[in-house]
Order: sequence, then C-alpha cells, then structure tokens
Amino acid sequence: MAEQAYMVEGATGAWEVVIGLEVHAQVTSQAKLFSGAATAFGAEPNTQVSLVDAAMPGMLPVPNAECIRQAVRTGMAIGATINKWSRFDRKNYFYADLPQGYQISQLYHPLVGEGAIDIALDEKDPDGSQKSIGVERIHVEQDAGKLMHDQHPTRSYVDLNRSGVALMEIVSRPDMRSPAEAGAYLRKLRSILRYVGSCDGNMEEGSMRADVNVSVRKPGDELGTRTETKNVNSVRFVMAAIEYEARRQVEVLESGGRIVQETRLFNVESGTTRSMRSKEDAHDYRYFPDPDLLPLELEDAFLDDCLASLPELPDAKRRRYQALGISAYQADVLTAEVESARWFDTLLDAGAEPVRAANWVTSELFGALNRLGRSIVDSPVGPAQAAELLALVADGTLSGSLAKQVFEVMLETGDAPSKIVEERGLKQTSDTGAIEAVIVEVIAKNPNQLGQYRGGKETLFGFFVGQTMKAMGGKANPAVVNELLKKALAG
Amino acid sequence: MTDLTDLGIAAIRDGFRAGDFTARDVAAAFNANIAAADALNAFLVKTPDHALAAADAADAARAAGDAPKPLAGVPIGMKDLFCTTGVATTAASHILEGFVPPYESTVSQNLWDAGAGMLGKLNMDQFAMGSSNETSAFGNVISPWRRNDGGNAALAPGGSSGGSSSAVAARLCPGATGTDTGGSIRQPAAFTGISGIKPTYGRCSRWGTIAFASSLDQAGPMARDVRDCAIMLGAMAGFDRKDATSLHLDVPAWEAGLSANLTGKRIGIPREYRVDGMPAEIEALWQQGIDWLRDAGAEIVEVSLPHTKYALPAYYIIAPAEASSNLARYDGVRYGLRDLPEGAGLQDMYAATRADGFGDEVKRRIMIGTYVLSAGFYDAYYTQAQKVRTLIARDFERAWEQCDLLLTPTAPSAAFGLGEKSDDPIAMYLNDVFTVPSSLAGLPAMSVPGGLDHQGLPLGLQIIGRPLDEQGVLNASLAIEERAGFVARPDRWW
Amino acid sequence: MRDASRNGMSVDTATVKKIASLARLAITDEDASRLAPELGNILHWIEQLEQVNTQGVEPMTAVIPNSLRLRDDVVNADPLTGGGIRDLLMKNAPQAEHGFFTVPKVIE
Ligand SMILES: [Mg+2]
Ligand SMILES: [Zn+2]
Repeated sequence: MAEQAYMVEGATGAWEVVIGLEVHAQVTSQAKLFSGAATAFGAEPNTQVSLVDAAMPGMLPVPNAECIRQAVRTGMAIGATINKWSRFDRKNYFYADLPQGYQISQLYHPLVGEGAIDIALDEKDPDGSQKSIGVERIHVEQDAGKLMHDQHPTRSYVDLNRSGVALMEIVSRPDMRSPAEAGAYLRKLRSILRYVGSCDGNMEEGSMRADVNVSVRKPGDELGTRTETKNVNSVRFVMAAIEYEARRQVEVLESGGRIVQETRLFNVESGTTRSMRSKEDAHDYRYFPDPDLLPLELEDAFLDDCLASLPELPDAKRRRYQALGISAYQADVLTAEVESARWFDTLLDAGAEPVRAANWVTSELFGALNRLGRSIVDSPVGPAQAAELLALVADGTLSGSLAKQVFEVMLETGDAPSKIVEERGLKQTSDTGAIEAVIVEVIAKNPNQLGQYRGGKETLFGFFVGQTMKAMGGKANPAVVNELLKKALAG
Repeated sequence: MTDLTDLGIAAIRDGFRAGDFTARDVAAAFNANIAAADALNAFLVKTPDHALAAADAADAARAAGDAPKPLAGVPIGMKDLFCTTGVATTAASHILEGFVPPYESTVSQNLWDAGAGMLGKLNMDQFAMGSSNETSAFGNVISPWRRNDGGNAALAPGGSSGGSSSAVAARLCPGATGTDTGGSIRQPAAFTGISGIKPTYGRCSRWGTIAFASSLDQAGPMARDVRDCAIMLGAMAGFDRKDATSLHLDVPAWEAGLSANLTGKRIGIPREYRVDGMPAEIEALWQQGIDWLRDAGAEIVEVSLPHTKYALPAYYIIAPAEASSNLARYDGVRYGLRDLPEGAGLQDMYAATRADGFGDEVKRRIMIGTYVLSAGFYDAYYTQAQKVRTLIARDFERAWEQCDLLLTPTAPSAAFGLGEKSDDPIAMYLNDVFTVPSSLAGLPAMSVPGGLDHQGLPLGLQIIGRPLDEQGVLNASLAIEERAGFVARPDRWW
Repeated sequence: MRDASRNGMSVDTATVKKIASLARLAITDEDASRLAPELGNILHWIEQLEQVNTQGVEPMTAVIPNSLRLRDDVVNADPLTGGGIRDLLMKNAPQAEHGFFTVPKVIE
C-alpha cells in the first residue's frame, strides 16, 4: 500500500520536510575511548574518571582497540566503506562538561564512509515498499561529561563519568521526509547496532541520542536552512521534535521570517524546541588533527576478523525465516529485536517446526511475556522447554488447549512440559473405549438436543463435542471424539 | 677534598660506586649550593628532602651490597614542566599556581627508578614559551654568566629551559631535565656553556609533561658534558604505553657507544644556515667546528636545506595552533587558578581566569594559534605550514643521502641581556632559527660548547642527526668537546 | 583557501576581540588596540609561507615514521590511566562538593 507523502499544510500550501539524523551511539566497551576508566552506567559521580578524562596537565590519549573494532563492524553491517586510513581531529570549544577544551573526534578522515540502511515504509508490511536511507559516515569520538543544574541555587555540578566514553556518530543523509521515516530509521539502526553488539541501544540511559536536523521547503525547491535539535533520546521524542520543528519553521517562513541555522533543545514535557544559548560560537570549532595521536591505519587481518565476527543481520534473518514458510509479518516481529531472534533461532535449532514455532512464539509466548511484563531475555520458559512443548503437540500427546494449560504451568513453575504432563495427568487420550463410554453418558443426559440434532439441527454437533471434552477434562483427542460422536449421534 | 658540586654525573656516579663519598654528602653539597643561589632564581621549588631521601636509599643499597642503579647517588634538577607527585608543578604560570599533581611524569619516574634524586623544580619560560626565560610568572632566571666588560648586566640563560641551564652552569645540580619544542634545550645550553640533547621525537615519553606543542615537544638532558648527557638520556628515554607517539624501541647503550673517532662519517654543512647578520665570531666558531670534526676523521660535505628559511614561520603557525588547543584545559574548573568576578557566568569565568592566569607571551601565542585555526584560515595557515613541514623534513632526508650528520651553530648570537629583546617578539623568535628546523623534522640534535665570544660568553655548536641516531649525534659532539677543551665557567657572583 | 580579509595583512581590534573571545581571554579595549598591530606583524611575518609552492605535497602527519598503537579494552589496567581515584582527582579543584566539580550555574 503506497503511503501518502507527509506534508505540513501551511497557509501558502504544502511544505515538504527534510530530515537528517546524527545519531550518537555509545560503543559497547569496558573502558573509555582513550583511557582505562570504566564505562558502566550509574556509578557515583566522578568515580569512573581517570587523570586522562579529567584533562589533568600532561595527560595523553591512547585509543581503545575494541572501540575501533566495534565501529568498523558497525560500518560493515550497513555495507559502508571502511577507511583503512583515518585520523582523529580536535573540535575546540569551551564548556564545563568538556575538560580538555576540545573533543577528540574525526572530521576530515572518518573511520567509516558511505553506507545505507533500508527501512520499510509501512510497518505492517515489511515486504512492501522499502526506502534506502544513506549514511554519510560513521566517526568515533569522545562523549562529554554531565552537568546538573538543579542541585544548587547558584552552581552547576560537573560529573565526568561519561567524559571520554566512546561514541559512534552515525550521520545520515538528509533522506527522510516524515517523522515516521525518521522513526523507522532509528528503530532499524538500533536493531542493527544491537545485532552487531556495538551499542546496547539503551536510549533511557543515553546510549543512543539523536541530533535532529530539520528543514522545510516547497516541493521541488532547494534545501531550506536547517536547525539542529540536540540530544533527543527516544524514537517518540525524535518524531515529536520533527513535527514541532517543521511546523514552527513553516510558521516562521509564512509570516515572512527566516530560519537561522542554530542549535536547539527539545523540551520533553511540552514537546517543543527552543534555541540553545550555550552554543554561541558553535560555528568555529577550529578543527585540526590531534597531534597527540598518529593516523589510524588498519590492517587487512584486522578487517577480516571484524567481518568474520559479524552475526546474521536482521534483514538476512527475516528473509531466511520467510524462506522457511514464516509469514512476512511474523518474520519481522521475530527479527526486530536481537534477543527474540536469538531465542527463536535456539528454538529452531532444538528441532521445532518453523511455522508452528513462529505462530506459537508470536502469539502464546509474546502474549504471556506481555502479561507478565517480562522481556524475552528473562522469559520463565526457555527455548529448549518450548521446543519440547511444541513436540508434545506435534506428536499428539497434547491438544492445543492442553498445551495452553501446560504452558501456564510452565510459566509458573519453570518445570519441563513432560514433567507437568506426567504429574498432572494432562496427557491427551485417544482411548476409544473411554471416549465411547463418556459419549453414551452425554447422549443419555441430553435427550432434547439429541432429538433436535437428529431432526436436522446439525449445528448442535459442536454442543456434543463440547460436553464430551468437558466430561473428559479436556484430555480427549478431538479427532477421535469427532469421529466417535458422529457415529453415536447418527444412531 | 674536592668540592662535590664540581663533579658531573659520571664522576658522581663512579665516585659513589667506588665509595669515595656518600650519596648523602653529594645531595647535601648541592642542596647547600642551591640554598645560596637565590639570586639566580633558577628554582621555583626546592626539594632538598627528596634529594636526601634518594641519596639515603642509594647509600643503604650500597651498604647492603645491592647492584647499583644507573644514577644511584646522582641528584638532578627537574624542569617545572614535568609533573611530580606531591610537589607543586606550575609550568612557571600563575594559572597553575598551587597545583600539586597526584601523579609523576614518565620521564621523572624513569629518573627516580634509575636512582636519581630531585633537588627541586626549575624555573622556565611560562609553558615553555620563550627563548630567554623572561616569560616566567615567577621572575626571570638570571644566567650565572656575565660579560667581561665589567658591567653587571643580567644576562638571559636562554629559554625555555633557562632554570635548567642556569642551574647546571652555576653548579647547582650536575644535570637537569629540559624540554625542547623549537630549541629550548639547545639554545639555553649554548647560552650557558653546557651540553644538551633533544632526542628523536618519541624517544622520551610525553606523559605527565605539561604540553606546549604536542608534535614537537621532546624531553632531554642538560648537563656539563656529552657523557653526562648520554647517561642521563639513557635513564629518561624509553617506550611508554601511555603515550601513543612513544617509539616502541629499546634504549641503546649510548654511554657505552661513545666514541670520538669519526672516521668514515660525513658531516654536512648546510649552506642555508649562513644567515645575514650572523656575528663573525659565530662564523669563525662554525669553521673551527668543521676543522675539529675533520680532525676527528670525518669528511666534510656542503649540503643544501632549501626550505630552511620557512622553518620559523611554519613553526610559529604549528606550535601556537597546537598550544592554543593544549592550553584550553586551563579553565579554572578542575585545578589551578579560578577567577570568578562578581556575578560572572561560566564563560566569563573562563575568560577572566585565563586572562589573569596566562602571561603575555602565552596569550600572544594562544591568540595566534586561535587565529590560524579559525574558520576560513585553517588551510591557508595550518595546512600550508604542515606541507612546508613535509618539505623541511624532505630536505633533511635528501641531505642524509650525502652525509650522516649536520654541523651548525646552535644560536645566531651569544646570550643577550635581559630585556634587550623582549619588546620585539619576532626578534626573539629568530633566536631559534637554527634549532627549529630539526624540531619540525623530529630529529635528534645536540648543542655543545665550542668557545667564548669577545665578551667572554659561551657559544655553542649544534650537531643534527638522522632519526634515532642519537649515538652519532653524541659521538660527533664528543669529538668537538674533546677538541674545544671548553673549561670556562662563570665566576661566582651570586 | 585564502581569505580576502587577509589581503591587508593588518588585524583590526574587532578581529582581536573576536579571537580573544574564541580563546576565552578577557581583553580590554586598550589590550586589543595594543595587540592588533603586534599580531598583525607576526601574521605578516608568517605569511611568507605563501611563497612556498606546496602543490602535490602532503601535510605532515607523523614526524617520525610510527604507527598508532591501540590499548586493550581493560578497565584500570594501569592505575595512572584508570578511574576510581576521585579523591586524588579532585584534590586540586578550586571548588567542589558532594563529589562534583562545581561551576557557576549554566543556563543551556
Ligand atoms: Mg551533531
Ligand atoms: Zn558528535
């Protein structure tokens, strides 16, 4: 289904919105980009700060190999060029969260060049029309520290725990045209990062933040002046910031004003953006190559290792699932989060039939986890137990409804399904003698219904099945019940 | 009994090992000289106890029969650019006044590990920016030398390692650390009649040394003679994982490799170093040096370094650019001076702190560096300077096809009087005309005393070598030293 | 590219003030007037570099052939470059409280 192009309706007509995202993703590593201090989240202030991170006099940076490796793997995952020769540059500006007075980043020669990320334009239809969003570059840089403004009436507090943590800055091309596309791009990027393992994608903890570049134009016009809304930390907020900013720009332009290229801040409560005072001379960062660091030159063996270590990525996995007969929608649901996909792969490895397994996981398991408020990583039922449950259904030991009962017990106790079936006698019976005996009783108890059935009201067949199953405690094999009932009712 | 402060590093080391005296006696003698030399203003901090503690450890180790450490019994002076645990370190700047590092620079740690003790922290040009030691926030260092004209004009000890040169020349310490960004070891050594070597860039770790210009800064020793420099450099140098530009190489046995026989060596004389207005005495000394080296067995060849005249302007783009960024960390937030005018916000605090904390020359260079990196100017200045730097390095590479070492004067003049050049920054910068090119190319280079000028002031000769050829540099310097027979020393007036 | 404003080789006080502001150096009007010709002279002097033909010449990146060494991803392997040293780190702080460095309140 073709999507209607997103436009902002103004007094002078429709405006097109042009969006580019600069995503800062925290690189998964134990230590910081240029020092040996830890990166763990939530530590006491200034306890994960080395002399290097605090920019004490005479301190020098030495890059962390793992951060370089993860950025290279990320680049490979989006099919990007990896630059075997790159450099670190200094971006100079003064701020209390920036101890060196410069951020070590990469402007002139980034580690990763051009790549792309494919997004589905319709969430419900992952096989439907796709759009390729260009990624201009990925570079590696230091994070800044954190300022707290609400602790003291006249002072701001400085915590340098984040200072020097490695970030990948993933810069998209201005290829997105709606908040929905930006949302899809972010979700897809997050998914890829988590598959690769180069970023945990935890937006609440600030592991992923987006600088949102927005401009508007009349369709067919040149690009308009853009604003950059900094550090937006959820997909929802990014979409809201774009909506607000696009509308604001249209209003400014239509009332005869012009857009200033500036840095803005998003207000989570009001859903609005405002100009940022503290970045006044943002236009003159005096970038130059960091003389403390030599050029970074990567060897083929290192690149080969990075490539070999890449896991199957979401798109490839989705296609593989579909080839197994799983529906496009279910394949998409199963592959969106790396943990679900991993869980499902283990289930398949344990011998589960793919289509039934996909049905069961997307309905039964996800439903139960939802109810319990748990994620797949702490699911009370593991893939091995689930495989066993599905096998018991497949071989006729359990009916669908019995399987549901067993699953409920599994969720509660964590026991293996075979054990539950054994202990609680939940095994389905195909014993014709026992079933026949019950059928005789059921027919005897319901003479009216029998009469109506035999008089032509065949819809009452279901009633007799229900009564029989109920009397059997749900354990009768439904196929056998059907067959025997048909005979008995026929008289 | 000999005055122990007349001994150099090798003599102290050997005498201590032979049991001629105790390390404590040596440290005490230098401590006493320092205590009596406040007029030179060479020390910013005196650390007699540090020197005595190291001496006592050396004496105890000797008594216990332990194998002696390379510098056991030798006390030295430490330029205040090196961070020293628990001892105030300011880079001679008001902005770091009161700063006491909780860490030790790699170079100073290497020296302590080798058994040396610290006599104190030596005055210097503020943030190593200067050629006369007049930019220190804590007063000028005075050279122990005086002109033989009967006047008592205070002379510059050179810079930026002027506290080091003054202290070694005045026998306040047998050796001292220096740092050299554009000549700051060699020029002060030349001005004060001592020896000093800047090793190949990357030989000495820069970790814990307060940065001026990262791509140029190198530590090195300043001492009374070539052998002492070889010994001390051996202790200072070495690979350091904490410095990404540190060379992953073993430290050669430079002292053991000393030889003044230059047979088979070709010494290049760069034509472009004959600059206009160079005093005849320096020309003459240069010629004398050529003769000495020929006498030592070397072959003399004339070479050309065509981009020499562009070295200084390139340097005065690159060094200030790097400095403007390196010195951004002095912002009054985590250490050092904070100047917070009434009602000031964060950015006002920065501006006030930095305006108050940095001296004029430092501010001048920060301004130049900021200017050349600012929007629209980067390529015209910085990129062009780095390209010229490539050409300068290429000049040297071409020269190495014709020769093994280069001989030049160290500085275009003898020591000048304090205040004589401080009004004209460019005239001051020209002092480094012979030392800057080899700094830009990262090459090892050394100054040794060659003689005195007509005013009785020392003049130095410079040997420049291929990358990593400190041994060649030391050996040629030794050949000059042996032939120059430089024994002059300043009369004690302080 | 060469900027047209450099043609005069002179630096005006407005430029001096702009540069001082970028460098966070408080400056008085008198300072700016004093510095303008001084910086102009120095800049004029370093502009002789324009005479050098550098076509096809790469800017220097490493002064001595050397390759960038990387560190292993290990926390606090060397105490000199590791964390967990808050007390040492903050000992020289002009102002600090509750484990934070403090600065005049910032409005973002
Ligand atoms: Mg950005
Ligand atoms: Zn960034």
